[in-house]
Amino acid sequence: MSFALLPAAEAATRTPLIVVGIYLALLIGLGVLSSRLFRGTSSDFFVAERSIGPVLLLMSVFGTTMTAFALVGSTGKAWELGNGVYGLMASSSGILHSAVFFLVGIKLWAIGKRHGYMTQVQFFRARFQSTGIGYLLFPILIALVIPYLLIGILGAGAVVRGVTVGMFPEQFAGMPGPGDRMLFVGSIPSWLTGLVISCVVLFYIFAGGLRSAAWANAFQTVVFMGTGLVAFYLISGRLGGLEAATQAVIDNSPDHMTRARIGKVQFLTYMFVPLSVGMFPHLFQHWLTAKKASNFKLTTIAHPLFIGIVWVPCILIGIWAAGAGIMPPGGNPNALLPKVVDELLHNPYLTGLLTAGILAAIMSSLDSQFVCLGTMFTHDIVLQVAGKDRFSDKAQVMIGRAFIVTIVGLTYVLSLFPPPKIFDLAVWCFSGFASLTPLVFASIYWRRVTKAGAYACVLAAAGSWGWFFYDGLIRPTLAGETMEGDYLVAGMMPVAVIFAASSAALILVSLLTTPPSDEHVDLFQVGTR
Amino acid sequence: MTTGGKLAWALVGIIAILHYDFWLWDSTATIFGFLPVGLAYQAGISFAAAMAWILVTKLDWPHGVEEWADGGSKPTESEPFASEDPR
Repeated sequence: MSFALLPAAEAATRTPLIVVGIYLALLIGLGVLSSRLFRGTSSDFFVAERSIGPVLLLMSVFGTTMTAFALVGSTGKAWELGNGVYGLMASSSGILHSAVFFLVGIKLWAIGKRHGYMTQVQFFRARFQSTGIGYLLFPILIALVIPYLLIGILGAGAVVRGVTVGMFPEQFAGMPGPGDRMLFVGSIPSWLTGLVISCVVLFYIFAGGLRSAAWANAFQTVVFMGTGLVAFYLISGRLGGLEAATQAVIDNSPDHMTRARIGKVQFLTYMFVPLSVGMFPHLFQHWLTAKKASNFKLTTIAHPLFIGIVWVPCILIGIWAAGAGIMPPGGNPNALLPKVVDELLHNPYLTGLLTAGILAAIMSSLDSQFVCLGTMFTHDIVLQVAGKDRFSDKAQVMIGRAFIVTIVGLTYVLSLFPPPKIFDLAVWCFSGFASLTPLVFASIYWRRVTKAGAYACVLAAAGSWGWFFYDGLIRPTLAGETMEGDYLVAGMMPVAVIFAASSAALILVSLLTTPPSDEHVDLFQVGTR
Repeated sequence: MTTGGKLAWALVGIIAILHYDFWLWDSTATIFGFLPVGLAYQAGISFAAAMAWILVTKLDWPHGVEEWADGGSKPTESEPFASEDPR
C-alpha cells in the first residue's frame, strides 16, 4: 500500500522523522565539539590551518563530490535510462576525478601553500597578473555554485516529502496530482525541509568553519555509504532476492538492462562532465586543507572504489524499480528513491535511518559549498577592494558568514520554484565548471598562456554555456514545453561543444598575445625553485 | 618521467578508452545471475582505475613538491598576489 494516496484522516507513524531528528542533533553536537578546536582565526575558519590528514581528506573530498546527484539523481536517472547511467557518470568520474586530483589538486595545494592562497580567484589573479580576471570569474563561479546548492536543497526536500507522507494530515494538505487526487498528503513540504537542513549546516560550519565541514563530511560519508548498502540489501530482499529483482527487469523492462535509451555519442561526450571537479571552488578549498601532498594518495586511489560502492546499488535500485513497475509520484524521478523506500521497507526505523543517510550525502556537499562562498566573497571581493589589513581576523570570519547567509537565503528562495529533474540540473551545473577546466590546466602546465587568453577562455565558456542553457532549459520551460531526454547538440552533450570553444579561445588568443615573463611564470611552476 | 611512470599513465589511458564499451550496448546478459553485464563491466572499470592510480602514485609521484610548497616565495621578490601585468 502506498502512503502517497492516503486519505487525510489516517496518520502515519512519525518514527522515521524522529530518527532523522536524532541524526540532525548529532550533527549539531559534532559542530559544538569541533568549535572547541576552532582557533577563531580566518585561516582556521577557511582552510582548517592546512592540517587535514589523508583519511579525513579522502572522506571530505568524497563526501563533497557526492550529493543528491549521486543518490537521488542516479536512482531516478537509472529508472529513466537504464543501467548505462553508471558508465555515463560514475566510472568516468573514477578515472577523471582522480586524474584531476593528481594532476591539478597536488599542484594547486603546493602553489596555494607556498603563496598563501585560500581561493581559486586569488590564484588566477596572481597567475595572470590581473585583478579583473577575478571580478570576471567571481560572479560566474557563484552563479554556478547556486544551482549546485539547489540540487542539495531540492533533493533533501524530495526525499523527506516522500517518506513523511501521511504523518501530518491536519497540517499539510499535499499537492494536486493527476485528476482530483492529492499527492503527498500530510507530508512535510520541501520548503520546510530546505529551511531545516540549511539551518543545521549553517550552525555547524559557523561553529568551526571548514574543519567542522571536514569532520561532518567524514561522519556523513560513513553514514550514507553504510545506509546505502543496508538499503540495497533490504530492498533486494523485498523484491525476492538479487536474481528475482533483475529477472523482473528482463521480463518487464528489458531496455533497462541495455543502453537502448542512451546515444553512443552522448555516452562518449558525457566524459567531459566529470572534468568539472577541476574548477569546483569548494573542492579547491578542500585541497588546500591537506597537511601534506602525500595525503592526496589515498584520495586519488580510493575515490573510484568509493564511487562504485555508492553508485552500483543506486543504479540497481533504479532499474529494479522499473522492472517492478514502481512509479514515483507525479512521474518525478527525484521522488523515486523515497518512493521505493516507502513502498518496500515498512520498518519505520530503517526508513528513518535511510532518510538520514540520504540527507547526510546532501549536507556533506552543502557545508563545503557554504564555507567556500564565504571564503570567496571575503578574500576575492572585500579584502581585494578594502585591502588585506582593513579587517581583523574576527571581522573577516563575520563577513564570510554574512555572505553565506545571503547566498543561502537566495538559493532557498530559488528552491521554492524547482526544476523537474535534479540530475539534469546537476549536469548543466557541472558542464559550466567543466568548460572552465582548460583554464586551470593551462595555468599550471602551459607557460605560454596569457591574460588575454584567460579572459577569452572564460568569456567563451560563459557565452556558449549561457546560450545552450537558455536554449535547452530556460526557453522550453518558459514556453511550457515538456523536455524528453537530454538536450543534445548534434547528438553530443553540450559540454563537449562548450569545452571545445573555451579551449580554442584560450589557445588561439594566448598564441596571438604577448606571453608573461619567465620570471613570473616560474613562481607557479611547482618544483622549479 | 620514469618508464614505470609512463606505463602507469598508459594504463590510465587504456582504461579510459576501454570505458567506451560499445560492444555491450544491447546485451541483456547478467553476471552472477543479477548484475547486468554492462554495469558489471563499468564497475570493473572503476576497480581497474583504482589499481591504475596505485601505480601512478607509486611510479610517478612528484617528489619534492612538499619542499617546494614550504619554500614560500617572498612577496617582495615577485608579488605572488594579484598585480597588473606592466606590459
